[in-house]
Amino acid sequence: MTAHAPTADAHAHAEHHDLGFVRTYLFSTDHKMIGRQFLFMSLFMMIIGGGLALMIRWQLAWPETQIPLTRWIPEPMMYDGFMPPEFYNAAVTMHATIMVFFVVMPLLVGCFGNFLIPLMIGAGDMAFPLLNMLSFWVSVPAGIMMVGSFWVEGGAAAAGWTGYAPLSTVPEYTGVGMGQNLWALSLIVLGASSLMGAVNYITTIINMRAPGMTWFRMPLVVWSLFITAILLLLALPVLTAGLGLMLFDRMAGTSFFLPAGGGEPLLWQHIFWFFGHPEVYIMILPAMGIASEIMPVFARKPIFGYHAMVFSIISIAFLSWIVWGHHMFQSGMNFTLGTSFMITTMVIAVPSAIKTFNWLGTLWGGNIHFKVPMLWALGFISTFVVGGLSGIYMANTPIDIFIHDTYFIVAHIHYVLFGGSIFAMFGAVTFWFPKMFGRMMNPTMGQIHFWGTFIFYNIGFFPMHIIGVGGHMRRIYNPTQYEFLEPMQWWNVFITRGVLIMGAFQLVFAINLFYSLYFGKKADRNPWQSNTLEWECPSPPGHGNFETPVTVHRGPYEYSSPEVEEDFLPQTRDLSGATGGSH
Amino acid sequence: MLNWWLPENVSTYGADIDGLFHLVYWITMAAWVLVQVTMIAFLVMYRNRPGRRATYTHGNNGLEIMWTIIPALIVVWLGFRSVETWNKIKIDLPESEHVIEVTAKQFNWEMLYPGPDGEFDTDDDKMIENDLRVPVNKPIILNLKSKDVIHSFFVPQLRMKQDVMPGRTIRSWFEATKAGTYEIPCAELCGFGHSGMLGYLTVLEQADYDAWLAEQWPAAQAQAPENDEVDPEGGRIG
Repeated sequence: MTAHAPTADAHAHAEHHDLGFVRTYLFSTDHKMIGRQFLFMSLFMMIIGGGLALMIRWQLAWPETQIPLTRWIPEPMMYDGFMPPEFYNAAVTMHATIMVFFVVMPLLVGCFGNFLIPLMIGAGDMAFPLLNMLSFWVSVPAGIMMVGSFWVEGGAAAAGWTGYAPLSTVPEYTGVGMGQNLWALSLIVLGASSLMGAVNYITTIINMRAPGMTWFRMPLVVWSLFITAILLLLALPVLTAGLGLMLFDRMAGTSFFLPAGGGEPLLWQHIFWFFGHPEVYIMILPAMGIASEIMPVFARKPIFGYHAMVFSIISIAFLSWIVWGHHMFQSGMNFTLGTSFMITTMVIAVPSAIKTFNWLGTLWGGNIHFKVPMLWALGFISTFVVGGLSGIYMANTPIDIFIHDTYFIVAHIHYVLFGGSIFAMFGAVTFWFPKMFGRMMNPTMGQIHFWGTFIFYNIGFFPMHIIGVGGHMRRIYNPTQYEFLEPMQWWNVFITRGVLIMGAFQLVFAINLFYSLYFGKKADRNPWQSNTLEWECPSPPGHGNFETPVTVHRGPYEYSSPEVEEDFLPQTRDLSGATGGSH
Repeated sequence: MLNWWLPENVSTYGADIDGLFHLVYWITMAAWVLVQVTMIAFLVMYRNRPGRRATYTHGNNGLEIMWTIIPALIVVWLGFRSVETWNKIKIDLPESEHVIEVTAKQFNWEMLYPGPDGEFDTDDDKMIENDLRVPVNKPIILNLKSKDVIHSFFVPQLRMKQDVMPGRTIRSWFEATKAGTYEIPCAELCGFGHSGMLGYLTVLEQADYDAWLAEQWPAAQAQAPENDEVDPEGGRIG
């Protein structure tokens, strides 16, 4: 079970090689710098995705009024701050596409996968540093193509982030030409970037663990990233194939998805969701791993049920391949097949429940410190549970008849992806910031950001369940066109106010991030008194990470162990009587 | 007690969906309260205090087995309990003499009535845009088609939703229990006019329905005058 590999010995002296600006900051092969690059790219994309979200919300609350601060957006996107339905559809499509592919995935997988995997398994870098650099730099043109598509003739893709054919495959149906092609091309290119990352993560974790780092001594976040990488490797080629067919249909006159030419629109949905459901877990498994990492540190207690946590990650990953049809209950897919997918979907709730109960078990009997990363981890659990439970409504085929394509699903996905993945990301940034940048983030601003976000997030997103149950459709431009939605319009105003205030609180995070980068308190090696290997390195770690090769003696969560007086016991510390392992 | 948020139900099978909805509501609410209350209680009880040391434990296999099996039994039971309703709505369509062909297109619903002969592709077929009229308390079969992209036929008060797929005819049904006019929004993004793609379902008392038929197909009614109890006030609710 153990894998021994050369780790840091090549760079044991840990000198900072002088590589010059370009090799250090731009075309770096250092996994830590690539992680930071993914961080800043995703946060930048989050501004675009978030701005679109606020515009969408404004339109829904006060339809066809002038949206503040948007008069600079040129025609034919916006007309002096007024949003036409064509741009609304593009905004909905691009908000989701950007948030899923250019924010959540690169943050959790690109940034934290890169930064944490070598450090936490005791490796000097990734297995393939050059491929790693390429992975980042391939994602940049993908992002430029995606954002740039707003400015091409016909505007950006407007067929929804799910790109259902034939709306997405026949330009006349949306009026979008090159924009939809760029959307598909961008995701194909980004898929290549993710594949390079996935191959690298899998190879690194299998081959480059430090001596003593057995599979079951690996931190849970590394486990989750390992399983995520496997999902990426297997799921993304499916999306790429589907996007290829979409491009053929659009540009080469084929009709894979067009019934008139013998094609089948449902084929797209099967391809998309066969990728799309593992994709959901690609975005949530690392978040679960992050929460599992933060909670023991601040509860000063071993994670409850480590093995159950690992096996539930693996079973989620396995089950994620056989639930895709639950997105298609109302699609016209064989109705008996719907029942099979309902049962598998019900079953996938179980490993998530196991994880939740184990997190609660971790809190039980702990000695809980309410530091900012811990608040985010607790907030993550609190909101993720709502998102998990609301999934049961949609998994239930008869209930899904009513709530499918309503705001209930919008509420659900935001509880999972915002309350889940993004909360975990904030936890991860505040937790590993000292290791990434060598400085502490300001805890007061961190507290303000957490409470402002947590409270107004729930105010903004929870009522979406209620209007969804009222029948409010998703992706509609103007709810006041419908008589039956009239009594609910005040909820739209309420939701928008909540979301706008929540958006404003993100400025606190931005200020804290940049202030702390330059003026934050200097961080020592292990500011949270944590056990895992990354805290053995200097903050931030130099090239090659570890000053001396590390040997692992135990699991990652030995907090409050009776073997030692202090309440943590690092993985590297040798208690066998010889000289101490490290610091 | 929750009907303040679900719209009024006016279909025969809607009550089954609402029943399942309430069942899931109480199960998930119980789970949610259990998790949140436990979490808050633990956060208060086990908050950091000077001199405190956390309990050193790696878990408990008995608990793991318990919280694997109990949720698994609940969700799988819930799944199997829902099969009957699903089959009733989507698979076991009732017999009906009222068949209407609904064809969606950007951005309207075309309702094609077979006319008095009850057969499509005959001279007395009649297409009316966005106006679906049916009698109350009768099962109605809809043959759903699309001319262009995917649309979704949604009547919230009927608890009815079915995507409409180009290249296919999807048979769907409902039986309305209350006369009135209800909106038929499109629930699947179908282009720039998706929002506002809106038809109307008018459920008529039998007498009003017959009167409407007579109005639409006067010739046929002249041949076979069988309804003499037309109520001019109607039972329509706007």
